[in-house]
Amino acid sequence: MLMNWGGRLPVNVTDSSKINQMQLSKSLLSGFKLLLNGLLTLTVVFCFTTLILLIAGAPPLAAYYHIFKGSLGSWITFGHVVKTWIPLTLCSTGLIYTFRIGLWNIGVEGQIMMGAVFSTAMLRWGADWNQPFGVIGLAYGAGISGGAMWAIIAGFLKTKGGVNEIFAGLGLNFVAQGLILWLIFGPWRRPGVASMSGTEPFPYELWLSNWPGLRIAPAGLALAIGAIFLTALILKYTRIGLNLKAIGNNAQAARLFGLNPKHHMLLAMLFAGGLAGLAGNIQVTGIYHRLLPAISSNYGYLALMVVMLANYNIWAAPLVAFFFACLNVGSIQLPMALRLDSSLSGVIQGSLVLATLAVQAWRVKRNK
Amino acid sequence: MLNTNEDETMRIELQDIHKYYGPVRANNGVSLTIASGEIHGILGENGAGKSTLMKILSGFIHATKGTILIDACPVKFENPAQASLMGIGMLYQDPLDFPFLTVLDNFMLGLTDGLSVQADQFRNQLNELSASFGFQVNPDIPVQRLTIGERQQLEILRLLGLGIEVLVLDEPTTGISAVQKQLLFQALKKLAADGKSVILVSHKLEDVEALCDRVTVLRYGAVTGAMESPFDTGMLLKMMFGAPPSQPLRKAAQSGSSVLEMKQVYASGGRSGLKDCSITFRQGEMIGLAGLEGSGQGVFLRVASGMQKPALGEISLRGARIKGGAFPAFRQAGAAFLPASRLEEGLIPGLTLTEHYALQNKSSKFLIPWAQAYQQAQKCINLFRIKGQPQTFVQTLSGGNQQRLLLSFLPDKPKLLLLENPTRGLDLESAHWVWQRLCNYADRKVCIVFASSELDEILMVANRVLVFFDGSIIKDVKADETDADELGRAIAGKCD
Repeated sequence: MLMNWGGRLPVNVTDSSKINQMQLSKSLLSGFKLLLNGLLTLTVVFCFTTLILLIAGAPPLAAYYHIFKGSLGSWITFGHVVKTWIPLTLCSTGLIYTFRIGLWNIGVEGQIMMGAVFSTAMLRWGADWNQPFGVIGLAYGAGISGGAMWAIIAGFLKTKGGVNEIFAGLGLNFVAQGLILWLIFGPWRRPGVASMSGTEPFPYELWLSNWPGLRIAPAGLALAIGAIFLTALILKYTRIGLNLKAIGNNAQAARLFGLNPKHHMLLAMLFAGGLAGLAGNIQVTGIYHRLLPAISSNYGYLALMVVMLANYNIWAAPLVAFFFACLNVGSIQLPMALRLDSSLSGVIQGSLVLATLAVQAWRVKRNK
Repeated sequence: MLNTNEDETMRIELQDIHKYYGPVRANNGVSLTIASGEIHGILGENGAGKSTLMKILSGFIHATKGTILIDACPVKFENPAQASLMGIGMLYQDPLDFPFLTVLDNFMLGLTDGLSVQADQFRNQLNELSASFGFQVNPDIPVQRLTIGERQQLEILRLLGLGIEVLVLDEPTTGISAVQKQLLFQALKKLAADGKSVILVSHKLEDVEALCDRVTVLRYGAVTGAMESPFDTGMLLKMMFGAPPSQPLRKAAQSGSSVLEMKQVYASGGRSGLKDCSITFRQGEMIGLAGLEGSGQGVFLRVASGMQKPALGEISLRGARIKGGAFPAFRQAGAAFLPASRLEEGLIPGLTLTEHYALQNKSSKFLIPWAQAYQQAQKCINLFRIKGQPQTFVQTLSGGNQQRLLLSFLPDKPKLLLLENPTRGLDLESAHWVWQRLCNYADRKVCIVFASSELDEILMVANRVLVFFDGSIIKDVKADETDADELGRAIAGKCD
């Protein structure tokens, strides 16, 4: 599936000294318009969410306050936000590659799961080697390969078999989920009781070390931030970045420039799957310390929304991911405080994306 | 709502119509009036803005500025259905019908209410209408088995069935036989005699002169003049081109070694695919591919350039066998391809000129030499006189500038240039410039193969002409041993 970005991507200014006064004021104007779009979108979302809250019979202001307090109100909750932000950002960063070449990598959810499965397998295998650092290191590799492998399957189905990557990815998500359930209730079940609470926790020395108090793994944070910068560099300065963009905008013409769309699609899937697999690894080693049925926490689907909302921009994606993480963590408080379901965060996130797309479409239509 | 009763006559006025596509001004303040019962010609060369104007009139696109008046009452069409409800129907260059349905089904579409199908009633209506114009269309065969001319006849009958008062025809004589053309002209004259208006859009002087009562000439999106029948050909030409058309650029073929050889190549694609194609092209040849659009020229060019894999057959480049569809190998061997649809197949919308040159520049494997690409962009902008900046997005360039940009990507020392409609949609000056550049290549003994829908253009530059019909090459002649008449007959499938 190919998408046309039109003029929505930011102008690639290769030589800043060449910008003259007119272009500067032009870009200021377009920046102002973007800000206006954002404000308009937020207003729409705010009104919609407030309406839902009123229908549910909850005081809206109190709900917003609890979301804020539950996410940024203390260092503990802030730690939870960062913990959510890390896998979300890793997945979003990976999705930027696939979106850039025009692929809808819905399979990212399954890729997280396979990253988690492969990591768990590695940790279980190496549990009695007495080499905790080596095993954790190998588990990173295993997680990345697991996610990448799952993505490559979808990629091959697309490039060799002509299967739409959305359906391939969706199908593989179910397969991955089934595999996890089978492992938890079959070969990897807890001695005596197999339950939805997952496998036996790993020995403590195989846990990713945390900052005391905050429960954030520094290694995970470093990897997420590293992924953002590396991706930005790759997209801007390397052939791969330009090639992905060229093929994503017009695969037919890209062939005339000597590019091979199929190879690049596989490459983009490899990046996306690898980063999703890494997210799965961190879910296992850094947060739950075992394999759970819900190990992906829907971060894959959430990351798709993050990237769309960030307008496929690598610098905006981490910010949106942070906002989404705040909503997710903050709404955990709602059931207790206001007897509201915590799915409110999902309502806000979903309506944000819809409202953004609607405002964009409206702008495009008005500009015609 | 206006009354579109049969007895009423309609007078259409276009006032100061503007249509901009980004910086391109397709229509720039066009005003004209069409009285009922008249056959009005809209004359102009390719890209003069004729089709744009008619698409605005028929509700297919919206004007940027300007008013349409029907019987002095301003109207605004949101879509073609509204226009045809008001009595304006358009016959497009490519028939917009449903190839798999029968003639009768196509006729009934849009006429029935969809609940009760009174096929017999419509069959009678179709037969009556068809007989009154001397058309012979069999209601029960699928439309895909009709010729272009017959599909056109069906479309006219369908529009009349809808009760239209104004019939707009966009280049209706392209691709139909001489007999069908005669039939068409008779039908149009009959319509005008019945009080309906006919608007004929054409770049062919002879058609306009043979048929029209009145002609409006467009050039660069604006009206350059109008004339009543009888016409002064010299004046019309001057209004169309500003200056008399240029002289032939054709050069005698130099014979050299074989560049491209095909043996019994078959391929799918287009309307007709490519059937049993065996051909040899040599150095220094300038070969024009004639034929109706979709008769196999496009597939031929794509197979010859390695963009498409043939189903069967052998291809050799410069004497060596090459695997079909292996585009990089074709490129290596010196073949270059320029597709007709510039923004769809040739350029990448959303990328700047610099980014295009960066893609083109293969000097480093991993990092992009941005500074080098920027300089190259600037150099080519000057050299190829492209109206744009290195940081301009290609989709905002005008058609002519897009074509110049594409030409600037051609390799310096190609062996074989394959060009699909290289001057389509260009104004005369740009087209001339394109041919001058291409002739430079020909001087260096590069073999140039180009498809064109304009016989005049082919006869102007090519020294060898191939005519495609229904996927096969049915004629292969030297350009100085043939003429437009003979080629025209071949294009319509008549080869003697």
